[in-house]
Amino acid sequence: MTVDADAAVTRTHREEWARVVAGLARRYGDLDLAEETAAEAFATAVERWPVDGVPPNSGAWITTTAHRKAIDRLRREARRDEKQQEALMLHDDSPPDPPGAVEDDRLRLVFTCCHPALSMEARVALTLRIVGGLTVREIAHAFLVQETTMGQRISRAKAKIKTAGIPYRVPRAEDLPARVAGVLAVLYLIFNEGYLASGAETDPIRRDLTGEAIRLTRLVRELLPEGSGERREATGLLALMLLTESRAAARVSSDGELVRLDEQDRGAWDRALIDEGTALVRELLGTPGREEGSPGRYALLAAINAVHVSAPHARDTEWEQIVALYAQLERVDPNPIVTLNKAIAVSEFDSPDVALAMVERLGDRLAGYHAFHATRAELLRRLGRSADARAAYDRAIELAGNTAEVAHLIRRRGQLAAPVPNLPNLPNGETS
Amino acid sequence: MPRYAILVWGPSESRPHGGYGDEQTMRDTLAAIGAFNERLREAGSLVLVEGLAGAEASTVVDARGPDVLISDGPYVESKEGVNGLWVVDLADLDEALALATEASRLCDRPLEIRPVGRL
Repeated sequence: MTVDADAAVTRTHREEWARVVAGLARRYGDLDLAEETAAEAFATAVERWPVDGVPPNSGAWITTTAHRKAIDRLRREARRDEKQQEALMLHDDSPPDPPGAVEDDRLRLVFTCCHPALSMEARVALTLRIVGGLTVREIAHAFLVQETTMGQRISRAKAKIKTAGIPYRVPRAEDLPARVAGVLAVLYLIFNEGYLASGAETDPIRRDLTGEAIRLTRLVRELLPEGSGERREATGLLALMLLTESRAAARVSSDGELVRLDEQDRGAWDRALIDEGTALVRELLGTPGREEGSPGRYALLAAINAVHVSAPHARDTEWEQIVALYAQLERVDPNPIVTLNKAIAVSEFDSPDVALAMVERLGDRLAGYHAFHATRAELLRRLGRSADARAAYDRAIELAGNTAEVAHLIRRRGQLAAPVPNLPNLPNGETS
Repeated sequence: MPRYAILVWGPSESRPHGGYGDEQTMRDTLAAIGAFNERLREAGSLVLVEGLAGAEASTVVDARGPDVLISDGPYVESKEGVNGLWVVDLADLDEALALATEASRLCDRPLEIRPVGRL
């Protein structure tokens, strides 16, 4: 019974949190109040449901309870402040939410939390708290900051929303593409933080964050109008996340080392995620004669991943297709990291010489990026330039933040041929 | 309805042609901003629009202590400063952002939006 009730609270929380907060925020025009009373309603459910039984419509129970708590709180505050008494009476006169508006409410919530006037850190934290329903403690843990620090970050962001007048609505049509791109960037950042967690003290892969990012991306995608360019972008991101996540189990070895794509146990990949992600890529790229819009950045990245995961063995990878997709991506999103990744594909399809020449041209822009040095190291090693490769691994290890990645780089460096000592220069001729 | 100050950032000291390079560019810029202001006024959202003289004309007064201190300004030395502002009544920050985007393009300056505080 208790187990059932706990499971019901957890499930209701996952399914209904955003809807409840969104409805409260719209009704009372106050994000703080919405978040706190929603949290209180779930806390009440934790107490009551094991005793009273799980209500038949658990979502409606939470909504009603939260509204009651919000009204109680406004009344308490109103007694202290006559001006708010008037405001409360206006609120009590407000019509109930029209039934169709509920879906929109959650979308509004997403746009408010990902508003460009907030810092990226604040957007990430707010989205996880307000839309995702993660606790401040969980978010603080995921980003390796003190709980008080994360609490302050979220409070400050909510205060800015109120003071600066950040609206609680879907942006105007001309702003929509940029705003949706902003929302997707926040979700992708959450995913990436989970997929390649930074920090020496953290697990290399945080499935809680990647899972949450996927869940939120599904939600945002479902809320965007069918057939719109914005929805296609969201579909691309969802596909990219699913195909990336499908490899998570094979990506870190039992001793905590990052396993490269070509060395991964492909049997450990998640077929369900691959099938779903691949189907979405087909939907995006496979429709011949589509006139509107070429595939966006996420769709192309997803397509590249789809090509990788469709190969039964690493040697079967269709590199030509991957090079072509990267070339397309360079046109949509010209940036040196895309070119760096294209170079890796070129090294397989063409030769490491050609790839190294491409990589060297990126040096002044990517000198502080660990993957630039790691890629250089791999290419130099394939060309037999061990000493240069060693120096490049050294630099990559210095710059890499992810524990599994560092372990992998150290092993790769260790496999290089031992450096040949420069005998004549050694002071006493020792060679050890 | 929230009230916003939209601050225009640019060179602190005044420059020839308002920092716009040449006479004609300055005139064109001022004309475009004038038309923009007229639209705001007609929409009923304009509270105030002013340009500020350069920082070299500024004076600082500090009467927090027993003596009134008067000194040559500005209060903070900086290459860049606020050299103009709009005060507008708008529905929300998104409206302010749309307006500021247009205004930034017109005057070729970065703008800062500050809600006018409820003191």
